[in-house]
Amino acid sequence: MQYALIIREAAEDFERRSDPAYRDGWVAYSKALAQAGIMTGGAGLTGPETGTIVRRKGGEHDVQDGPYPEGKEQLGGFYLIDVPDIDTALEWATRVPISDKGSVEVRPRLQM
Amino acid sequence: MPPDAGRAAEKVARQSYGKLIAFLAARSRDVPAAEDALSEALASALRVWPERGIPGNPEAWLLVAARRNLMQATRHRTVEVNAQTTILIAFEEAEERMNEAGKAVFPDERLKLLFACTHPAIDSSVHTALMLQTVLGIEARTIARTFVVSPDTMSQRLVRAKAKIRDAGIPFAVPPRPALPGRLAAVLSAIYAAYGLGWDGLDGEEERHSLAGEAIWLGRALLAVLPDEPEAIGLLSLMLHCEARRNARRDSDGRYVPLDEQDTAAWNAIMIAEADSLLRKAGSFNRFGPFQCQAAIQSVHAARRLSGKTDWQALTTLYAALVMMKPTLGAHVSQAAVIGRALNAAAGLKRLDQLDPRAVASYQPYWAVRAFLLSQAGDDTAAADAYMTAIGLSDSPAVRDFLAGRLKEARL
Repeated sequence: MQYALIIREAAEDFERRSDPAYRDGWVAYSKALAQAGIMTGGAGLTGPETGTIVRRKGGEHDVQDGPYPEGKEQLGGFYLIDVPDIDTALEWATRVPISDKGSVEVRPRLQM
Repeated sequence: MPPDAGRAAEKVARQSYGKLIAFLAARSRDVPAAEDALSEALASALRVWPERGIPGNPEAWLLVAARRNLMQATRHRTVEVNAQTTILIAFEEAEERMNEAGKAVFPDERLKLLFACTHPAIDSSVHTALMLQTVLGIEARTIARTFVVSPDTMSQRLVRAKAKIRDAGIPFAVPPRPALPGRLAAVLSAIYAAYGLGWDGLDGEEERHSLAGEAIWLGRALLAVLPDEPEAIGLLSLMLHCEARRNARRDSDGRYVPLDEQDTAAWNAIMIAEADSLLRKAGSFNRFGPFQCQAAIQSVHAARRLSGKTDWQALTTLYAALVMMKPTLGAHVSQAAVIGRALNAAAGLKRLDQLDPRAVASYQPYWAVRAFLLSQAGDDTAAADAYMTAIGLSDSPAVRDFLAGRLKEARL
């Protein structure tokens, strides 16, 4: 079954991305996923301040500069993994090197 | 009330709860009904006792509270009629026992419950969780957290297992002599798994830490009823050896410290002495087994406190025995690590290469040991690669930081 591991990071985490102590954990984790042969997709995303938001208002499109202001955590990226069950997905989720302020959400992929 | 007194109250509440569940379930064979009757009483006890103190007769207190809840539930018709009858009969018997003159102590039948929870008819992956919930009254939500599964999944598994106990007629009894060793092994494994969950919880997780204490307590309770089972003695010795080193596993800055670099002054000498004397006692039965073997391995490590060095040769011998008795992946990887120290890194790596690549692909200890041995052998490029995998597979920030430090050395 495919699951998305959705990573949310705090503002401090985004600032630490160039710090080897933080960055190397992510490199190592991605490597471990690839080595286990279960990673089917995913991407890391640049900080929320680089985002642009498009909304539809009636027939018009409203384009706004990011960041999306609400919440202490912002989407930092996601992994798509293919594992036998939710227990295995959760096991991998515990290995994600988030800080105390981040989180990982595990969600099954929509079957279409 | 100081936190220690609060913990003491919680301990007594859980122990009394377990005794009552065991008593009621052994008669009604209905664990869910016994839990339904007692869970609210336990919750009140956990709330009230730390404040007002532990009552003189904790079991009677819980039984009275449970009886009151049961009557209310009857009024509200929330309890199934059949379950209610069987559990009420068991209640009356429990009350009778308590009122009997001269019988101050309520019978402890938790061992029967332990054997029911670890019966071969129940999926072994749920043994430990079931034991924690029924014998110690730990909430499904807490258990789910320690096992890293969703609360719903854990509840479903526990409900299914308890229905099986009731519907399949699983006995609440200590198995007869000939069947005892096999059945006892499952009980010991479940207790040790509970200890393992508590052992993992170190970084500010009070909840998990207390699980280690509960597991040790269960080990002691088991020994009180089965004093002549060397493996049960071995298990207690093993847990005490590990527990003795708890404070030395992190330095003053909270950093991870591997066993052979731990400050032996921070080890608990009293616990080690008890663990060693238990191990000697177990040995006197002349029936060696995997738990005694693991306790002996820990005892060799503990000896560094006095000798100042680790006897890697003795460890090699013990691990050879362990993988013969219990060829788990963990035992094989530890054996390779020990051979790497006793002989040389190349010999340890050769051992690691013999393991099934699919089995070790996502097994963190394998990669940590492999990385260490590769760097000892001078192959820094391969070592750095293995350290990266080990870091990626770690679920503890402290271990991740420790390995990152080693990786840095390998890259120098």
